[in-house]
Amino acid sequence: MTALLEIRDLKAEVAGRQILNGLSLTVNKGEIHAIMGPNGAGKSTLSYVLAGKPGYEITGGEVLLNGEDLFAMAADERAAKGLFLAFQYPLEIPGVATLTFLRAALNAQRRKRGEEELSSPDLMKRVRELSKKLGIDPDMLRRPLNVGFSGGEKKRNETLQMALLEPLLCVLDETDSGLDIDALKVVANGVNQLRAPERGMIVITHYQRLLDYIVPDVVHVLAAGRIVETGGKDLALQLEATGYAQYQGEAA
Amino acid sequence: MNVVTPQIRTAAEQALVDAVDQHLAAVPIAGRVGELRRAAAAAFATHGLPHRRVEEWKYTDLRAILREAPPLAGPLDAASEAEATFKALSVPGAKRILFVNGALARPASDLLALEGGIAALPLDSALAAGEPMADRVGALAPQRYDGPLALNTAFLGEGLVVRVAAHAKIAAPLHIANVFTKDDPATTYGRVVVLVEEGAQVTLVESFQGRDGVAYQTNSALELSVADGAHVDYVRVQEEGDAALHLGTVMLEIGRNAQFHSFTQTSGARASRVSVYGRFSGTHSHAGLRGATLLKGRQHADTTLLLDHAVGHCESRELFKTVLADESHGVFQGKIVVRPDAQKTDGRMMSRALLLGETAEMDNKPELEIFADDVQCGHGATAGELDEDLLFYLKARGIPQKEAEALLVQAFVGEAIEFVEHDALRELLIARAEAWLARRA
Ligand SMILES: Nc1ncnc2c1ncn2[C@@H]1O[C@H](COP(=O)(O)OP(=O)(O)O)[C@@H](O)[C@H]1O
Ligand SMILES: [Mg+2]
Repeated sequence: MTALLEIRDLKAEVAGRQILNGLSLTVNKGEIHAIMGPNGAGKSTLSYVLAGKPGYEITGGEVLLNGEDLFAMAADERAAKGLFLAFQYPLEIPGVATLTFLRAALNAQRRKRGEEELSSPDLMKRVRELSKKLGIDPDMLRRPLNVGFSGGEKKRNETLQMALLEPLLCVLDETDSGLDIDALKVVANGVNQLRAPERGMIVITHYQRLLDYIVPDVVHVLAAGRIVETGGKDLALQLEATGYAQYQGEAA
Repeated sequence: MNVVTPQIRTAAEQALVDAVDQHLAAVPIAGRVGELRRAAAAAFATHGLPHRRVEEWKYTDLRAILREAPPLAGPLDAASEAEATFKALSVPGAKRILFVNGALARPASDLLALEGGIAALPLDSALAAGEPMADRVGALAPQRYDGPLALNTAFLGEGLVVRVAAHAKIAAPLHIANVFTKDDPATTYGRVVVLVEEGAQVTLVESFQGRDGVAYQTNSALELSVADGAHVDYVRVQEEGDAALHLGTVMLEIGRNAQFHSFTQTSGARASRVSVYGRFSGTHSHAGLRGATLLKGRQHADTTLLLDHAVGHCESRELFKTVLADESHGVFQGKIVVRPDAQKTDGRMMSRALLLGETAEMDNKPELEIFADDVQCGHGATAGELDEDLLFYLKARGIPQKEAEALLVQAFVGEAIEFVEHDALRELLIARAEAWLARRA
């Protein structure tokens, strides 16, 4: 069976500095992988490289999404093929209403996949259902995307986008940062509802706390641009006790 | 300028001087307005077209741009009128008055005789009949010499006078549509004089459209008086043909306790210049002057604004957005003058440009000239490219590059358009901007 995501010996530079140093990782359908690691380890860099952010140079290795060469695709094609990155810092877009943005994103993906666009009433209905589940005020949908939203509202909004777009591979970059415990539960609940046999997830986090709510199948430690340890969910608890100091020496 | 440097006329200037002489003889106008016309002709003969050494025309060298002086368009024919009726911008719920190739198309126009508080009369008949309204021609003209306005006055004849009676609330927008349909270049001159009396309310729309590929010229002037307590919204849509030259002069006087909001949307013409002269003549009034300019190819568009806070306790807000694709060139010059007695003036001016083309260019020149001490004024200007991070965010959600760009451009101009209060007009402007973006993609 083809893996959902296969990262082989990935090396990448940003601003002339090598950040990813031969990272390998395989995610199968239905699996949730957590990536933990100290600040500056390259967690966000990995997520941006996967999503296709400009400014990152791939200097080695390859990544296959459902067996297809990810780096041969533009960022929007990757999204249409089912890759979704929940941003650590979601961006504010003044002048673009949240609903307009959701419609544009969903319909662009459907067009690219040769599916019919969703009609406005159907979209509206779907977005309202999802908003309710995520405790998002429907008024927020008319406001410009993320403008003036609190940290928690932004993360809920990312989760809403993810739920609406129904991606195959979700990459969540520090979804827990800036969330109080109530907001964290709401967001984690939204994520858990997306668990499905055909879907895989990479949950990036600095703290173990999030993994109490989104329970992973596999936990990896990312340090100095590589996966340095892999284990079960107990590894997260262990890290909570010991911290990352033991891995800091790897940066060489 | 005190020193008048004698200037050798260009061929176009000479042709214009000759055409003015012919026009003065062919279309006589008596009385004060006739004299005004002769004075304008004499001023043009002396000063000619403005050029880059004239401060206000630094970025738009009209003497270099206006190389040909096409003749007046001549009498109107039925075919042109039919075409224009079909092509002219349609504003939902508006009364429309149509000028085709510079001439009033009477049958196709909703001319109004002080019906429900609004009267709109052809300028020539108003002049001939000695209408007091016609005597207001030139009343709002600036002191200093303005080349296009001098020509517009010298060629006075076609146009419209509009009066909105005191306290009348006019629900239907009055739309003055200008369409150029000819295959050969010609020049049109139109003068519109509007008086909105005390406490009256009206929405005025002017639109300019024309055939692509024809190097015609439009010279339009509007004199708009907003009396005490009046409330006026003015929308100007400039979508001239792609080879046209568009010269516009907008003169405003705003009385006491009045509200004035304008929005100018510009996407047409090879080259255009709109000069706005605004003056507060009564206290406690508010003016919002805003606009969006969308340029591509080698288009050039210049918006130059002079706002005179002649009296105190008035508020003005200016916001102009310019989108520049390809090799286009945008100009914004805005000057707010606050007179010594105009205490408690609150004026804010902002010009923002978005550069989409690598060789696109924006010249921004906002200025304040403040002679009073107790005022709040500010201005700013920015020019930048689309934000790469925002583009990436949109693309990461599956939106392709072109569509992502269009969304961000739409949002950029939308921040100005959203100030248009009239729902149908606001939607119309958004739709026109969307259509511009769709043509680009
Ligand atoms: N745009 C950039 N320019 C220069 N250095 C960068 C850039 N982005 C990330 N880095 C560097 O790459 C390293 C990894 O950063 P990042 O991937 O954000 O780490 P993490 O998400 O694990 O905290 C850090 O040392 C950071 O300073
Ligand atoms: Mg990070």
